[in-house]
Amino acid sequence: MNYVSQILPSLISGTGTTLSIFFWTLIISVPLGILVGLGMITNFKPLTWLIDVYVWLMRGTPLLLQLIFVFYGLPIIGIVFQRYDAALFAFILNYTAYFAEIFRGGLQAIPVGQYESARVLRLTNWQTLRTIVIPQVVKIVLPSIGNEVINLIKDSSLVYVIGLGDLLRAGNVAMARDVTLVPMVLVAVIYLLLTAVCTVVLKRLEKHYSAWR
Amino acid sequence: MLELKNITKRFAGKLILDGVNLTVNDGQILTIVGPSGAGKTTLLRCISGLEETDSGDFFLDGQPFNPVTNRNNDTVIGVVFQDFQLFPNLTVRQNVTLAPTMVLKQTKGEAEATAQRLLKQLNLDGKADLYPYELSGGQKQRVAIVRALAMRPKLLCYDEPTSALDPDLRKEVEEIILKLKAEGMTQIVVTHDIPFAESIADQMLRVEAKS
Repeated sequence: MNYVSQILPSLISGTGTTLSIFFWTLIISVPLGILVGLGMITNFKPLTWLIDVYVWLMRGTPLLLQLIFVFYGLPIIGIVFQRYDAALFAFILNYTAYFAEIFRGGLQAIPVGQYESARVLRLTNWQTLRTIVIPQVVKIVLPSIGNEVINLIKDSSLVYVIGLGDLLRAGNVAMARDVTLVPMVLVAVIYLLLTAVCTVVLKRLEKHYSAWR
Repeated sequence: MLELKNITKRFAGKLILDGVNLTVNDGQILTIVGPSGAGKTTLLRCISGLEETDSGDFFLDGQPFNPVTNRNNDTVIGVVFQDFQLFPNLTVRQNVTLAPTMVLKQTKGEAEATAQRLLKQLNLDGKADLYPYELSGGQKQRVAIVRALAMRPKLLCYDEPTSALDPDLRKEVEEIILKLKAEGMTQIVVTHDIPFAESIADQMLRVEAKS
């Protein structure tokens, strides 16, 4: 118990980094994902082509590799990020691509009739999107988004590769120093707690959206 | 009064509407009948501005107008779709008041009072807080009619209003359409159901499939 309280502060500080990467990635890449998803269903070929290449790159290479390229590679062409900013940049780029694919699927599931119905009622495109399309899309994509959200918590552990001190790294340091697995058990418990909170929030959201079909 | 002069429409080179002329007088019912694929629905979609015509003119009360671009003046045309296309994420009340508040800039109170009145008129009392999935087919259709009426259109169009309903509900639709006629609403009804068309029509337009 004594040992636990000794290493807990460093683990909690690591959790701070993990959560900060998690929240900012989520807050920025979900709206970006909607925008890019909308871009994918336009008829403007150069745009859809550009997005296709972007999504292919982001989904086609490991996130770990992308982190390395952003932090060690981009400085070669004069773009220098701080460690934390580099991590956030890579995560946002990567997760936006996944979210965009999910939202594209959701957007395509909305029948044309819904748009036409809104059109004859003379709603503007923006009003149609905001009041009719997006709520329906959100309901459709919620389970898939939930998966990505849980993945994101765990993926955030990849930031160790560019030297950021997150939860897993804090556990790793303590394990190597004290030659015991106890820190890693604690790390697992903390991850489980974080994902449990996410699961509960996601369930609530799904319940909220189950008022209609 | 709505007039169509020489309306032509092609899809991928195939002639669907070939110089259609028609006139609907105020307060009257025009039914458009004909076999599947004859272009009935296409004609309705052109009138309601969902489809561009290739040539021809529209006149409303003698003034030329373009259904596709006519988006900022008074509401001209309301549409009741074959599959109703209610918004599933909104309650009946929200379905009806959405456009009047957002487009006509009515206050919430105003729009809800109108909604309440129209819902009552079409026997939808007590349904205002339900979602579309909780309604029967006939109720959904009546909500779709109320939603269109709430925008105060000069003309109301129906696409196959009997096709998604049980046969015994046909009579009910007929009564609604005639009731709205009695209140002075001008209506266009597309249907393949000839007896139904005959029982409501002041005027019938037959469209034939082009070979």
